[in-house]
Amino acid sequence: MSRNPGNREGFRPDDHPTEAFLLTTVVGSYPKPRWLNRATDLAEDDDADFDAVDLTEAHDDACRVITHEHERAGLDTVVDGEMRREEMVEFFAGRIDGYEFNGPVKVWGHNYFDKPSVVDEVAYDEPWLVDEFEFTDAVASRPVKVPITGPYTLANWAFNEAYDSDEELSYALADLVNEEVEKLVEAGARYVQIDEPALATTPDDHAIVGECLDRIVSDIPEDVRIGLHVCYGDYSRIYPEINDYPIDEFDVELCNGDYEQIETFADGAFAPDLALGVVDAHTAEVEPVSEIKANIRQGLKVVPPEKLTVSPDCGLKLLPREIAYGKTENMVQAAREVEAELDAGEIDVDDPLATAD
Amino acid sequence: MTDVVATTPGLFPLPDWAKSELSDLKGHQKGDLVSGDELPEVTDAYGRAREEMVDEQRGAGLDRVVEGQARWDDMLAHPLTVHENVETGGIVRYYDNNNFYRDPRVVGELTFSGDVGVELDHAVELLDDDPLQTVLPGPYTLANLATDEYYGDEAEFLAAVAEFLAGEIDAFPAHETLYLLEPSLVTNPPGDGRDERASDAIDEVAAATDADVVVHTYWEAFEEKPYAHLMDAGVDAIGFDLVTADREATFECINEYGTKDDIGLGLVDGQNTRVEEPETVAERVEWVHDRVPAAEFDTTYVSHNTEPFYLPVNRHREKLATLAEGARLARSEGVEL
Repeated sequence: MSRNPGNREGFRPDDHPTEAFLLTTVVGSYPKPRWLNRATDLAEDDDADFDAVDLTEAHDDACRVITHEHERAGLDTVVDGEMRREEMVEFFAGRIDGYEFNGPVKVWGHNYFDKPSVVDEVAYDEPWLVDEFEFTDAVASRPVKVPITGPYTLANWAFNEAYDSDEELSYALADLVNEEVEKLVEAGARYVQIDEPALATTPDDHAIVGECLDRIVSDIPEDVRIGLHVCYGDYSRIYPEINDYPIDEFDVELCNGDYEQIETFADGAFAPDLALGVVDAHTAEVEPVSEIKANIRQGLKVVPPEKLTVSPDCGLKLLPREIAYGKTENMVQAAREVEAELDAGEIDVDDPLATAD
Repeated sequence: MTDVVATTPGLFPLPDWAKSELSDLKGHQKGDLVSGDELPEVTDAYGRAREEMVDEQRGAGLDRVVEGQARWDDMLAHPLTVHENVETGGIVRYYDNNNFYRDPRVVGELTFSGDVGVELDHAVELLDDDPLQTVLPGPYTLANLATDEYYGDEAEFLAAVAEFLAGEIDAFPAHETLYLLEPSLVTNPPGDGRDERASDAIDEVAAATDADVVVHTYWEAFEEKPYAHLMDAGVDAIGFDLVTADREATFECINEYGTKDDIGLGLVDGQNTRVEEPETVAERVEWVHDRVPAAEFDTTYVSHNTEPFYLPVNRHREKLATLAEGARLARSEGVEL
């Protein structure tokens, strides 16, 4: 069963203008400034006078810029845009003992990823994200959310040479994620999002993901908000099972599919808070505020306003940066307008689309 | 005593230099993939990749050499995605993998293309006396991966795909073996009526060549009826996945319905970097023999279970050596199959 979704009140800004509070957030990744890509290339060039120390400074600068860009857009909780990460599995596999890299493998066409192999028991060495959290937390004036690739995805998007089954590997990794979350909490983190896109490709494994989550949240205090992000799946195959997950919030993309699947969740029994994707991460046009407001109302079919979080469908890193910013800014604006309409009684929460524009 | 032949199901990973050179030349988007009329510098890069793929097989000592299918951006859907009467739609998932291909939407008659034959002609130039093995999707699989917007009838479409593949084979250079890859036959098995038509379609394609034909399947074991119908097709061997598919179900099928005089064994994991020992391969050949006591096989083809394009190149090459050495050990131990 879900944990303690009421911990969302801890993220309400002191000067929040309305009684209603739709927590605004992002999934995590954000387009990198072009100069950071050039800096990354330079750091790989042996002939260039640009080393790892310089790259760290460039990463720090980029994290500062994107965290502030999120704040400027008005988000209630911010992320550093994952400026230090190139790919969601590679980043963590490089930090966990037991993985090795053998070279790129094909995803489609000429899109490759350095799919790692688990060749030995996975083990925790140095913290993965504590430094980056502390840095972002120090530069941010809003609460910081920390996205972590989940153990099921870290297991399934790797070659498993060492464990008898991917299930066993997933559980071993879940224990490491638990260790990392504990360290993040010690460092002050209050909002952690577990990313499990692999669940969408193999929804029949929902019980394995549930067991992983049990391990991840073990001994994590209830005032720490735990989200789960899944994307691009057939949700009838994992709902209502996710109601039993020990999470505070379920974050899902539905804008991309024009909310065709919203009814799947609208049975009146949705247990965690819903973090609903209200802007599309794969269209390069900024949705107008009025359209995003209608998307937010879709979420009210599933949960009441006090359980609704709004976010983009997925990470925005593939978009041009000005489009990503425009989407984020309009999303926050739309949320604030919906909150005011809720306060004014202009939205019937039992029939939220009735008053749609 | 059986002849043990080391081979592969084709569809190799590109050498790493070719991955970066071709992505720079072609781009990363849907519209950038192979169309059948590539620029000269792209053709040149593929030529060098082909040469390397042929060399790595000869170096490893495989008993059959494939062209490697470096150009098959869309995996088994390739023969259709480069066809002039096929439009490519969105990117769709390739079975249960984190891989995607362009949906081939057939909008006109599946006339002769010749695309694969040209690749094979180039491969022949690189061979000495090595026996060439050709690789195609089976007709059921190819139809299953495509969207028909022209024939309008499932049976007619399958027959058209079979006729198309048979026409392509007519233009192939001489080859020792033809592998027809039919994963859909087991992952999305045909129901009543469709199972017989699938077998007829395979029969028609197999009849287009004088070479030995292996219908290779993977990821799942056969259901009984499609298997029983396939036994009526004029092919020399049926190939089984003994890594991922349910082995008990596979042996049950073979022992219940028999199998062809030759057999294909997918023994090396095409989707895991763990490199098997050659001794393990030889032991597994013998183990299959133990599990199929009633049969004797003229030829046993030993290969990966799946296409190996899922692997990084270093492990892929090690597995080619494993296959060649494993088959040699099985031969020298005189496995009686």
